[in-house]
Amino acid sequence: MNSITSQSLTTLVKNIKNKKLSSQEVTKAFIERSEKSKDLNAYITEDYANALSKAKKFDQNPNFDLKIPGIPIAVKDLFCTYNVKTTAGSKILSNFVPTYESTVTQNIWNEGGILLGKLNCDEFAMGSSNETSFFGNVKNPIDKDLVPGGSSGGSAAAISGHLTPITIGTDTGGSIRQPASFTGTVGLKPTYGSCSRYGIVAFASSLDQAGPMAQSVEDCALLQEIISTYDPKDSTSIDFKRNSLSKELTREIKGKKIGIPKEYRVDGMPVEIEKLWQKGIEYAKDCGAEIIDISLPHTKYALPTYYIVAPAEASSNLARYDGVKYGFRSKGENLIDMYEKTRSDGFGEEVQRRIIIGTYVLSSGYYDAYYLKAQKVRKLIKNDFDHAYKKVDAIITPSTPSSAFKIGEKTNDPVSMYLNDIFTVPVNLAGLPAISIPAGHDTKGYPLGLQIIGKAFQEQELLNIAYALEEKINFKNKVNDWWIK
Amino acid sequence: MMIDLKTIKHISKLSRISVDEKKAQKLRVDLNSIFEFIEKLNELKTDNVQPLTSVAETTLKLRPDEVHSHNLRDEIIRNSPEDNKDFFVVPKVVE
Repeated sequence: MNSITSQSLTTLVKNIKNKKLSSQEVTKAFIERSEKSKDLNAYITEDYANALSKAKKFDQNPNFDLKIPGIPIAVKDLFCTYNVKTTAGSKILSNFVPTYESTVTQNIWNEGGILLGKLNCDEFAMGSSNETSFFGNVKNPIDKDLVPGGSSGGSAAAISGHLTPITIGTDTGGSIRQPASFTGTVGLKPTYGSCSRYGIVAFASSLDQAGPMAQSVEDCALLQEIISTYDPKDSTSIDFKRNSLSKELTREIKGKKIGIPKEYRVDGMPVEIEKLWQKGIEYAKDCGAEIIDISLPHTKYALPTYYIVAPAEASSNLARYDGVKYGFRSKGENLIDMYEKTRSDGFGEEVQRRIIIGTYVLSSGYYDAYYLKAQKVRKLIKNDFDHAYKKVDAIITPSTPSSAFKIGEKTNDPVSMYLNDIFTVPVNLAGLPAISIPAGHDTKGYPLGLQIIGKAFQEQELLNIAYALEEKINFKNKVNDWWIK
Repeated sequence: MMIDLKTIKHISKLSRISVDEKKAQKLRVDLNSIFEFIEKLNELKTDNVQPLTSVAETTLKLRPDEVHSHNLRDEIIRNSPEDNKDFFVVPKVVE
């Protein structure tokens, strides 16, 4: 691997600020590596020529006061980027060019970031393996037969494969943390309301959050500090005191109380995941944290609740794709026929399935039995966390019930695919922040992640715990560049 | 509860998604397996629970009702699937 692309974001920033590297050198290095990554299929849209001209412009008139001066960044193709095609991994948006910029990406450009390209993802972020993308599945840099996880699979592969120094994903039910876990990388899902949803293609608005994905906790903290701003353009954006996360980052977590929920010990969980969890608990103790057994009794109801709430919101959000104002259109005999054919041809199988589930649970006669019921159970799930947080500062669980699975292994069984998100979904339902950090390998040599769940708006504390554990774990990712011939 | 083919076709119509016989059959099988899993929620008594509609426990902020026009008509129209520089074009709706 090229010595530039193996550097962390924090190191690259230092080297650019000390004039040891120029933005053009860094940008060129990541473009060269990205160009060799076709077999990973991590990119949907490449923007290399523009990236190079932006880097040149930066070098001619550099501003080293910015947080990420002249750093190239590829982002998930769910973020609207002005004048750069934004597809959400869907045929229905395959030719859509936004006339505006998402707040999160704008925040990155304001601090000196340079767009490298748009990364592959599951269609409308609906999936756990990146196999629902209209642009084909992404392969895991760990092994060519493995999925990278989803929905931010292209983002996770791009980080793990060093195609970009840092990236952003979105997480509705685990879409940042699960792929981070599958690729041996770090992914943070912030508190609901921390990052603006403005300009992010909507999936389930009460659950969606953008967040950073990186090689390390330190890099994650720096990007989160940049992307998290109060935004009047998102009515659910929350105005709270935001920490200087990267500056305040510390491994001092002595006396922190960490909860271990017994309900996450699910039937059929591989022994190696149980061992990994125990190892994480031991490391937390070594750091001076106090371990406390807790109970989150409604955990087993989280996935069924999610599979009512998320499709219901999706069916409403995706009603806008009708082939009239933008995107793909099929010919129809009349207006209704045009709508129906456009949506049938333009959406993939999983998206159609979720729209239909959502329409069903919201339809007359079923609303109370399903949607209202799910909202009530969602309250019980949130109450579980509120209750636990009276006793503890954070919670540690495994990130996923297994390591990365094989491409095609779960595509014919939606429920087995959904079970992937069993440990990540409760966090979205409760609106909490959580991070997945790589913590070890299974017997096949595939990475496994640990999830740390924090209190709402306590990203600093969450990152500090992750930072302390990361040092103890001392994880080394096994990426052998198999895709470079 | 089993979801039948007639319901699948009705819901697809409400969703404005065209389905043929084969697709409807597949959806019926998938939805029944998904709902079997969702029915787990019926184990819980929730009569006295308040539904959670938003995790953000803040009241919505008010803002001045101002027009922010960016004069983007041409850029917006350019995304339209049917070529026309002035309007969005749809199949004829009035005879």
